[in-house]
Amino acid sequence: MKEDLVLPAQRTQGPGTDGERLLEVKGLTKHFPVKGGFPIRRTVGQVQAVDGIDLTVHTGESFGLVGESGCGKSTTGRLITRLMEPTAGTVTYRGRDISHASRKQLAPIRSEIQMIFQDPYSSLNPRQTVGSIISGPMEINGIDPQGGREKRVRELLEIVGLNPEHYNRFPHEFSGGQRQRIGVARALALEPKLIVADEPVSALDVSIQAQVVNLLQQVQNDLGIAFLFIAHDLAIVRHFSQRVAVMYLGKIIEVGDRDSIYTRPRHPYTHALLSAVPEVSLTDEETGGRERIRLAGDVPSPISPPSGCRFRTRCWKARDQCATEEPALVRISGNHEGHLTACHFPEEPTTEGRQEDIVLDPALAALEEAASDDGEERA
Amino acid sequence: MSTPLLSVRDLHVSFKTEDGVVRAVDRLSFDLDRGRTLGIVGESGSGKSVTNLTVLGLHNPMFTTVEGEILLDGQELTTARESELEKLRGNKVAMIFQDPLTALSPYYTVGRQIAEPYMKHNGATKKDAWERAVEMLGKVGIPNPRQRAKDYPHQFSGGMRQRAMIAMALICDPDLLIADEPTTALDVTVQAQILDLLKDLQREFGSGIIFITHDLGVIADMADDIMVMYAGSAVERGTTAQVLRSPRHPYTWGLLNSMPRLDSDTGVRLSPILGTPPSLLTPPSGCRFHPRCAFADRVAGAGRCTTERPPPATDRASACHLTADQKRTIFIEEIKPRLG
Amino acid sequence: MLRFLVRRIIGAVVILFLLSIVTFVLFFGVPRDPALLMCGKTCNPDSIANIHHVLGLDKPITEQYWIFLHNLVAGSDQFAQGPCPAPCFGYSYHTNDLVWSTLMDRLPTTVSLTLGAAVCFLVVGLGTGLLAAWRRGTLVDKTATAGAMVISSLQIYFIGPLALAILVYQTHWFDKPAYNEFTGDPLSWFTGLIIPWVVLSTIFAAQYTRMARSAMIEQLQEEHVRTARAKGMSRSYVFFRYAWRGSLIPIVTIFGIDLGSLLGGAIITEYTFGLPGLGQLAVQSVFFSDLPLLLGVMLFAATMILVFNIVVDATYAFIDPRVRLS
Repeated sequence: MKEDLVLPAQRTQGPGTDGERLLEVKGLTKHFPVKGGFPIRRTVGQVQAVDGIDLTVHTGESFGLVGESGCGKSTTGRLITRLMEPTAGTVTYRGRDISHASRKQLAPIRSEIQMIFQDPYSSLNPRQTVGSIISGPMEINGIDPQGGREKRVRELLEIVGLNPEHYNRFPHEFSGGQRQRIGVARALALEPKLIVADEPVSALDVSIQAQVVNLLQQVQNDLGIAFLFIAHDLAIVRHFSQRVAVMYLGKIIEVGDRDSIYTRPRHPYTHALLSAVPEVSLTDEETGGRERIRLAGDVPSPISPPSGCRFRTRCWKARDQCATEEPALVRISGNHEGHLTACHFPEEPTTEGRQEDIVLDPALAALEEAASDDGEERA
Repeated sequence: MSTPLLSVRDLHVSFKTEDGVVRAVDRLSFDLDRGRTLGIVGESGSGKSVTNLTVLGLHNPMFTTVEGEILLDGQELTTARESELEKLRGNKVAMIFQDPLTALSPYYTVGRQIAEPYMKHNGATKKDAWERAVEMLGKVGIPNPRQRAKDYPHQFSGGMRQRAMIAMALICDPDLLIADEPTTALDVTVQAQILDLLKDLQREFGSGIIFITHDLGVIADMADDIMVMYAGSAVERGTTAQVLRSPRHPYTWGLLNSMPRLDSDTGVRLSPILGTPPSLLTPPSGCRFHPRCAFADRVAGAGRCTTERPPPATDRASACHLTADQKRTIFIEEIKPRLG
Repeated sequence: MLRFLVRRIIGAVVILFLLSIVTFVLFFGVPRDPALLMCGKTCNPDSIANIHHVLGLDKPITEQYWIFLHNLVAGSDQFAQGPCPAPCFGYSYHTNDLVWSTLMDRLPTTVSLTLGAAVCFLVVGLGTGLLAAWRRGTLVDKTATAGAMVISSLQIYFIGPLALAILVYQTHWFDKPAYNEFTGDPLSWFTGLIIPWVVLSTIFAAQYTRMARSAMIEQLQEEHVRTARAKGMSRSYVFFRYAWRGSLIPIVTIFGIDLGSLLGGAIITEYTFGLPGLGQLAVQSVFFSDLPLLLGVMLFAATMILVFNIVVDATYAFIDPRVRLS
């Protein structure tokens, strides 16, 4: 597997040049009922998994969706592929509203939107051969490619870097990374226009992750397939996606092109998230310039999210206004085009690494205060 | 004191399975001093977790063979009786596991689970141990600890559960703390809190820490020294700065190259390590990394990597047949430029 | 938790209601007329019609069902045989005795048999299972596992006569099985029931041995059990406080399910040894197409099973705080 070191030029030139809008999501909402009550069980609350998000994916573009567990990113993926039906809002695929489409209406679109799942162990049927797993979508959709399905499956196996002769093997004969390649081949079988990849590499070992990321990137570039790339790993999303949206508790709190989000984050949460990623420093001196923001506690429950801005309970900039008024996702002054932020009191649009040390965690603060009282130096 | 806190010498661990004998750890040696943190990096099946279960004697003796020496403060652990190990576990050596939800019993209160080792090892009364547990919960940042000690683990959030695990591990002020992927199951903002907490607590308690992870970023943040493991053996050892900034083993190079960073060049493809980790039932001959190694053909003496095992990694030499000069030049000329 | 129990009790009442309807329908679906069995040699159409009228069988099935429900709740004095206080299942067609008092007469036998057997198989089965798990891989474990495997493939109607033939008639080690009132003579109550207990509990004991062993082995591999060991807790402490606690949940679940088969086993055991219990009564009522008795036995047994199941569910809450606090 000899691969070019440098990627070919991207097909789309980012959000400015408006490629065809492949997928458009408006006000997408999914609430899961919480059952309870007495004596008759009824709905007593809603898990607001996804709460009114807007996003657009252009043809051939790779769009990243990041956030921590419970932020609704996986649910969003399932809503877009219509594995779930949204509570409210619309999903428009190539101009057609598919948010409540029936199975029959969805059938032709299903072949164009495919999904890759996180767990390569449970997402492949252990009793089916690789051949029938990959040709399954073609059979269901009644597609007969030239030269027959078997030939097509062999081609697909070759594309994803597996031996075409392994057509008749079973999933358990493959390693985790190879299984994920089978998952990719299955997704490619119907020549989709959009692939929703939900944490496609997070179950894999580091050395294997890179293989699969490269495969996905190659597929994206060679076949011009648009990706909705859902992951919690900020570095991988940055590597893979041209535009990125950050989710927190069911909302998109910031969206924009990659460089804008990663170098000039305006939302305090994006900022905290980036500063929390532990990094290998390759320079020979201690940079020491990395800011350190330590939030307090965990993400609140999506059953009763905080009023106003949902991040305010963990935000060091929160004021009264944040509790009463929900910030809109808009382009605030200082943002590049297409960079939207939902915050009343955004961070400065600097490109410099700020040397802030914001510690909101009470235990950390106490321990560090005690340590500095002892006259010790922080490393 | 010149004796290290923990000294592992030529450790071999193998399991009997239905398919044959798995050589999980092979020719492993390392030292750890008080107050220091040794980071062990490796992928699944590299033997990094097995090593540490063996230190505590938590392997199943019926299926496991352990050879070599594990010296804790000079005391030999591989031949120690179960009753002696029991006195050490949770007391002198404590452990934190990956998933705090499954690692805490759902049937007992958090406070009770934290207090248990204190009662056992310090002969404390139930009441005193409970008080100490509450104090520890407060120390690790659980708000309202007196109340929360009465809660069950399922009533805690993921980050709070890991804090409770830390409180439990530190309650007897251990000399050695083994943390096995303690933040892998956590979100990144919570991970950052927990890592800082561990560092701050280490300063207060002075424990030596063995920190096991697959995440190079986490290890860079936590460790003073690093040991990189592959297929049951250490391939490279050294200080954090040495291993991460001038690595000397092709596997370490591969790990660094395959991992995107927040500041890497996005226009460049990742350079993965080819192939998959080997089965430890039938490990490759010679150097265990050679089937995946991109530099095996540069070793002087054709086929040396496939027939001859390189000597175990020492503090200054990686377990690789390349000469020291070759390792340095390859890293500087071929690997470093790709790191962006 | 209380809410949960109330909900379960409401559900149980609904199930009993449905069961009574099903029994009713089945009874009328069976082409056997109880009147034919009752009128004996002097049968003619008139006497049969007369019996039908006396039994109320000439009324439409829905009306009969309504009367049944009414009597059950409020009692009745419409019966020729005398008054029938609630819960009234009427009088047996066959013996003309009040069904409820017949049930109460037979109850102590069945309770003695099943409870005694349950104690036997829980103690022996769980004990052996725990021992096997504790000494996993040793000769003790292998013997227990193999023995349990063989025994659990046997059948009660095979073990029963066999035990009778060998232990009673050949060796005379034990008394012939019989039921004696506990209040009258506890010792003969005990000796008379030993063989039935052994017969009824053997297969269950073997099954519980296997279950307890596998549940314990599974629990011992749980991470929280490993954590407890890593804290320095002794092997026995970890075994009984951590692993055993977790094993209880599957065991209690299966025990709840097994109550039905225990009653089924009791029917065969009572029949085999001629013990005057509810099982024997059930067989009789089917044999004589005795609707009141059949309904009485069915609903009584079903109620017992449902009540025990609710008790089992309630014990979950004691075992598992996740159930208790949700």
